[in-house]
Amino acid sequence: MATDTATSKTNASRPAPVGALDREDARQPRWKRVGKRFGGYAVLIIFALIYLGPFAIQAATSFKTSPDAASNPLSLIPHPATTAAWQRIFGLTESSSVPFGRWVKNTVFVATTITLGRVFLDSLAGYALSRLNFPGRKAIFALVIAVLAVPGVVLMVPKFLVLKQLGIYNSYAGMILPLAMDAMGIFLMKQFFDQIPVEMEEAARIDGAGVWRTYWSIILPLTKPGLITLTILSFQGSWNEFTHFLIATSDPKYETLTVGLARFQGSLGTGSQFPLSMGAALLATIPVAIVFFLFQRKFVQGQLSAGVKG
Amino acid sequence: MATLTTPTTTAESPRPTPRKARHGGLRGHESKWGLLFVAPALLGLIVFLVVPIVLAVYVSMLKWNGQSSPFSGGGEFIGLDNYKSLLTEDQLTRQDFALSMRNTFYFVLGVVPLQTALALFLAVIVNQRFLKGRSFFRTAFYFPSITSSIAISLVFIFLFQNSGAVNGVLSLVGINGPNWFADSRGLFHILLGLVGVDSSPGWADTQVFSLPLWQWIAGPSVAMTAIMMLVIWTTAGTFMLMFLAGLQNISEDVEEAAILDGAGPWQRFRYVTVPMLKPTLFLVLTLGLIGTWQVFDKIYVMSGGNPAKTTLTPAFLSYRVGFIDGRFGVAAAMAFCLFLLIVVLTLGQRFLLRDKDA
Repeated sequence: MATDTATSKTNASRPAPVGALDREDARQPRWKRVGKRFGGYAVLIIFALIYLGPFAIQAATSFKTSPDAASNPLSLIPHPATTAAWQRIFGLTESSSVPFGRWVKNTVFVATTITLGRVFLDSLAGYALSRLNFPGRKAIFALVIAVLAVPGVVLMVPKFLVLKQLGIYNSYAGMILPLAMDAMGIFLMKQFFDQIPVEMEEAARIDGAGVWRTYWSIILPLTKPGLITLTILSFQGSWNEFTHFLIATSDPKYETLTVGLARFQGSLGTGSQFPLSMGAALLATIPVAIVFFLFQRKFVQGQLSAGVKG
Repeated sequence: MATLTTPTTTAESPRPTPRKARHGGLRGHESKWGLLFVAPALLGLIVFLVVPIVLAVYVSMLKWNGQSSPFSGGGEFIGLDNYKSLLTEDQLTRQDFALSMRNTFYFVLGVVPLQTALALFLAVIVNQRFLKGRSFFRTAFYFPSITSSIAISLVFIFLFQNSGAVNGVLSLVGINGPNWFADSRGLFHILLGLVGVDSSPGWADTQVFSLPLWQWIAGPSVAMTAIMMLVIWTTAGTFMLMFLAGLQNISEDVEEAAILDGAGPWQRFRYVTVPMLKPTLFLVLTLGLIGTWQVFDKIYVMSGGNPAKTTLTPAFLSYRVGFIDGRFGVAAAMAFCLFLLIVVLTLGQRFLLRDKDA
């Protein structure tokens, strides 16, 4: 896969300037080279401010008082600094009318279950499509690819109908089951299995291992990078999922962070409680952010293979 | 594709050795195992994706309030009536639908080119070898794409407040920023106002699809512009990665050949880099087009279609008509029209950007 290049080819391991590109750079007068660098960094820094500024303002605002947030929206230093918003988010004050705790619990539960489901079911299906010979394999793979291309907007109403029909509207089952497998994950896992040398399997089978054992104890451990990528993407996707949960439930009991926050914003109107909404939004961002910074390369890889399919 | 399992080694060609015979049977079991392995995921995809796709058309031909089951007499089959009222009858539903189409047309027209250009620009900058710390900047630009769109929308609501950070920055350079989310004025109307055209000239009163021409040419409202900025800001990072992968697939030899031929930086970019990025460009434009026409969650959180319905989009309108007003048949019909539009546009784009040499 050409996906690794985006991450691994960074500044390291560049040869000494020998190519025409570098010669051209060296040929330029000094002021021009300096100017080029200066301009390059200026652009990078301006965009870094545009891209990181909102998060910095968000974090700072969550430690402000409401009047301070309203009158000094650009300031990165809370004055006075307060943890009032965070105390409300964690339910430490009496006036905790907003059920953040429940949102977090629901999100953690649903996202974890969906992730486990996807990792297990997608890899099973991906393995079968990659390695096992069975009637209809090509047709099923074609179906998986076709499903990938369907715009989600057309599915909102009929999905709701299916959930109602199955009697799982307004339930955890209705939130989880439709997302517990996904075509993208199956496609991703098939690609990973395709890269494993066939000899590994043949050796296992000659030693007398059955299909399940070959898969479970020989092949699956070899696909660890693929499994990690799928876990991360599934976690990120289900943690951030909004539309499906919105149409699959109406009972506030099932609100996740995304649905809860969206409805909370709707009920707020404008101009009030910004420290609270900024803190809650930050809370919804942090888990994915941690996973992102730990496994950045996997994100990039998954993102690119998601694009390549198009 | 794996070619491990050649059917010739199955039970029908038994080998003399007992060992092989045992394993021949195993190969025969493979189809059983294969079906068993795909079955759960396949069942899920069929029940929750394939069946809904088929049902989408059926529901759009119902008069259904979403309460009782349409399969046991809860909905009335009315054929193409929902489409007819949506496209031919001059009333509120059609006007809303026309408005949502207009809004989203300007939204797509602004977002797709700008996010593509920004993504390409960021990719080219981050790909410059003479700059240090590029991986840090790449991470910074990519980060918004992986965060929750709901959380990000809340942040942008705060930034675009009347006395918020964006207007704060604007006032530093002497600009009096608008009250973003309350401002329904169309950008083109504002521009026309600058040259003295403040209200509809007579000819623009003509109604087209329940909407006067003057409204059709309004451009995106100021409120919509704020949402457009959010979308451009978040998605550019993802597309930047795709362009980066594309850029790094361009061999240095090609660039060097261009230099030896005396091409300057801009010429190299225009005549070497861009043509070689064509597949990526096509991918980014297609994904952008498909994504922007369906914009929903940001509208839900940031504006709810307001002010003056200028941020209404077909996806959000379909949600509201169905899940809030209880007219699920009309909602499904709207969604299906949007779906057809996306298909047509994607095919049209494929045709326009096809490789003419091939």
